[in-house]
Amino acid sequence: MSNQGGVQYSKIAEIKGPLVIVDGVDNAAFDELVEIETTDGQRRLGKVLEVGNGKAVVQVFEGTTGLSVSGTNAKFVGKVMEMPVSEQVLGRVFDGLGRAKDGLPEPVADSFLDINGAPMNPEQREYPKDFIQTGVSVIDGMLTLVRGQKLPIFSGSGMSHNILAAQIARQAAIIGTDDSFAVVFAAIGVQYSEAEYFKRSLEESGALKRSVLFLNLADDPAIERIITPRVALTVAEYLAYDLGMHVLVILTDMTNYAEALREISAAREEVPGRKGYPGYLYTDLSTIYERAGRLRGKKGSVTQVPILTMPSDDITHPIPDLTGYITEGQLVLGRDLFRQGVYPPINILMSLSRIMKDGIGEGSTRADHQEISNQNYDAYSRAQEVRALAGIVGKAGLTPVDLNYMNFGDEFEKKFLTQAIDENRTIEETLGLQWNCVSKLPKNELTKVKDKYVDQYYKE
Amino acid sequence: MVAQGKIVWISGPAVKADGMADAKMYETVSVGDAKLIGEVIRLTGDVAFIQVYESTSGLKPGEPVIGTGNPLSVLLGPGIIGQIYDGIQRPLKDLAAKSGSFIGRGITTTPVDMTKQYHFKPSVAVGDEVHPGSIIGTVPETSLIEHKILVPPDHKGGKITNIVAEGDYALETEIATIEGSDIPLKMYHKWPVRQARPYLKRYDPTVPLLTGQRVIDTFFPLAKGGTGSIPGAFGTGKTVTLHQIAKWADSQVVVYIGCGERGNEMTEVLVEFPELKDPRTGKPLMDRTVLVANTSNMPVAAREASIYTGVTIAEYYRDMGYDVVLVADSTSRWAEALREMSGRLEEMPAEEGYPSYLASRLAEFYERAGRVRAKGSPERDGSVSLVGAVSPSGGDFTEPVTTHTMRFIKTFWALDASLAYSRHYPSINWMNSYSGYLADIAKWWSENISADWFDLRSETYGILQREDTLKEIVKLLGPEALPDEEKLILEVARMIKIGILQQNSFDDVDTYCSPEKQFKLMKLQVDFYNKGQQALKDGASLADIRSMEVVSSLLKARMDVKDDEMDKLDKLATDMVEQFKNVTGVKVQN
Repeated sequence: MSNQGGVQYSKIAEIKGPLVIVDGVDNAAFDELVEIETTDGQRRLGKVLEVGNGKAVVQVFEGTTGLSVSGTNAKFVGKVMEMPVSEQVLGRVFDGLGRAKDGLPEPVADSFLDINGAPMNPEQREYPKDFIQTGVSVIDGMLTLVRGQKLPIFSGSGMSHNILAAQIARQAAIIGTDDSFAVVFAAIGVQYSEAEYFKRSLEESGALKRSVLFLNLADDPAIERIITPRVALTVAEYLAYDLGMHVLVILTDMTNYAEALREISAAREEVPGRKGYPGYLYTDLSTIYERAGRLRGKKGSVTQVPILTMPSDDITHPIPDLTGYITEGQLVLGRDLFRQGVYPPINILMSLSRIMKDGIGEGSTRADHQEISNQNYDAYSRAQEVRALAGIVGKAGLTPVDLNYMNFGDEFEKKFLTQAIDENRTIEETLGLQWNCVSKLPKNELTKVKDKYVDQYYKE
Repeated sequence: MVAQGKIVWISGPAVKADGMADAKMYETVSVGDAKLIGEVIRLTGDVAFIQVYESTSGLKPGEPVIGTGNPLSVLLGPGIIGQIYDGIQRPLKDLAAKSGSFIGRGITTTPVDMTKQYHFKPSVAVGDEVHPGSIIGTVPETSLIEHKILVPPDHKGGKITNIVAEGDYALETEIATIEGSDIPLKMYHKWPVRQARPYLKRYDPTVPLLTGQRVIDTFFPLAKGGTGSIPGAFGTGKTVTLHQIAKWADSQVVVYIGCGERGNEMTEVLVEFPELKDPRTGKPLMDRTVLVANTSNMPVAAREASIYTGVTIAEYYRDMGYDVVLVADSTSRWAEALREMSGRLEEMPAEEGYPSYLASRLAEFYERAGRVRAKGSPERDGSVSLVGAVSPSGGDFTEPVTTHTMRFIKTFWALDASLAYSRHYPSINWMNSYSGYLADIAKWWSENISADWFDLRSETYGILQREDTLKEIVKLLGPEALPDEEKLILEVARMIKIGILQQNSFDDVDTYCSPEKQFKLMKLQVDFYNKGQQALKDGASLADIRSMEVVSSLLKARMDVKDDEMDKLDKLATDMVEQFKNVTGVKVQN
């Protein structure tokens, strides 16, 4: 061990999966950043997971492939991992650890921020209540996104979640303000083509100069994925609370993140919770998702749309399950709708936006918004029951009212839910389509809307 | 002699320190140069295992650990109501003043303002004999709460030798002295959170805790001093239901613990409660509410402590003679905090990695509920009712936290994802839920609302049970396979679901339903059912009964009729009689 200006070098004793165990450590701190230097001059980054009794357990973000016990040094940097931030990050592309990846020089930093952030004081939060128009009818009309919300997309492999997320990012705008808007995109272990699709989509819409991209692709080191969402959110928080921007953060795919976490937990031989995921998965995920929000006295906001693919489309799998307990609702993509070619294939019955009620209504969207949305939910749920019944007793066994609900279901899926990838509908159009749907039902079936709205909007 | 040791090992919230031979179990300690707050949870030789209530990022071996000599305690005195605390009773407002919008570390604060002057009015005089727990005076705390100043339960009591006159005093002022004790009394005392506060005796819970929620009060009631649990998958409405209980329960004090949940939910309570009025007193709800917020991203060890902090505060107001309801969202996150610490301690895990003492910890927590006669004089009764949310992984009620909780609670509100998907809220499944207090509190309903209550409730529930069986047949054969009498059961069950079981928390009228209105709505439905069956026998057609005007009025009455408009429900009853005469009358003429 040698000491050079407060920086400490130590020898590696053991390498185990993504972890290295460093010996002869007497001045390392928990969570400290570590640089691993190989004999051939390669450098890798890591952080301290456990320290004591002269040993430190270090997690190496770029993986341990090619590292050897002899000749490799660990350098304890004396600080936790930080992300350099400034306005210059806009329009740039970084790798999964926050280093420039677009061939341009590193942006000049205004400040260096701890990538772990700090928990927001709940007493200092501003309750989210500003409607974001995404131009996607089913979201705006029935699963409204609100500024400062965290609303994940629960998808399955192969479904159109990236197309939907890109559409939201392109079209998301806020009615009635000209506040500056930014997109932070973090690719966590996704394929090159998916990341490229997203980048091109932002480019074509001219939004790329207001965006920051962090790319950890499928062939990049898995352990880096632990860091990628954190550097992305650190930049997002800076843009929101220091520069006053409204930031939309897209994290895709959180399933890969959770798998990287499991890999480390397994290497540490921790007692596993469900399906081998560590018992602290919930807490760990919350330190990512809870970084969405608004703060009192600050202009900006961080809105999150994390994407995760449910293994075997199973919503009770620990990743979607624990995510759903933290986020403020979920947009669930349905395999059946996807197979029928419906885009966006959102299963509204399983989906929910918890803070929709606070972002809509008179003064922000329209007074009848909540009620017409409730009526559509109610009717669609009934339509599904009728369809199931028709499968058993046949259409002939249905009552005339049941048949009305069948018609409603078709209208809802074909006219309201379905829309083009580049179709940007206004909230007025969306609400109009919702009324078109319920107008397939007799008036006396509309129990969730006030009579005055029926008189005003119902189409005979 | 306080322990002074050095850190030897750090892993997340767990820290080991040596040189701690003088430390006691569950003693609070100051950890590292940053003076983080921690608690000793295991002692091996002179090595102490410490759970740290703040982020340990940057902590190094070799930094000092200093004992405080005291177990983790809360400060109990005027100024608690209306506060929002973190898991170890630090006011979040003070944390914000010291570290801004994000929570910093190593911050020390006092739980209440020690400089503020409170108007103390003595209720005992020199020479009076006081006992542990006795009231020696009062302080107005909020518009709803008169704070009783108690002799601490661990004080031996005795004759008052000196007491201050009525006037304004700060909390540190020595307001009374007791013969033979050199510890003067102040307006506050401290109490260790892991130790239940003593009481004189315990009663059976026989008074309902009215929440204004029909499916709870009418079907699966909770008693004052009782225990209830509300498990449900995400999106089934746990938090909304808990908020409803915290808003409308007829208790005098509410302790709301956000334990490992969303930050915005606590903000919502903070924004909403000062605006909402208590339906019984018209005063702001915040004037009776204490919040303990340890959100999911805040340090996990403090989450474990937050439950105890909350329940100790609840017991303190109980000892003043108040009915207190404590709502904990969510006990599963608390159990996960236990699991995380247990894992770091390398204990042998039981099911799903949870420690083997999970069940006994849950039992200890729920046993702190109860309706009791408080210690000391004057005689007074108070209660602590505990309601815990459970977040079963994958919505699976057979997981350890749910199954163990069910052993220690008496009211079980099972939330059902399929009800939530069809937007039936509150999504409490009426077939899987139960209440062990039904028989105990039936007397209250029959004395205060109507002697018929129990029978009507059974009859209504019976209709729902019949429907549950009939639904199976309908699934296979369609509704047309049933005779009209059974179709009417389906119809009335649908009306009960929409008109009684469903309740819109966001509707100004429907959000709270008085016991009288609950009873009348139920009676109307049962009358409708009985008259409908009679009408069918008299030759009326089911279609005619279905299309009676009164049907849609019954469905909307929960929103259309305010609590002070019970005559409208009476009018509905007379309308119903008329309309039934018409449907049968028409048939007879044909």
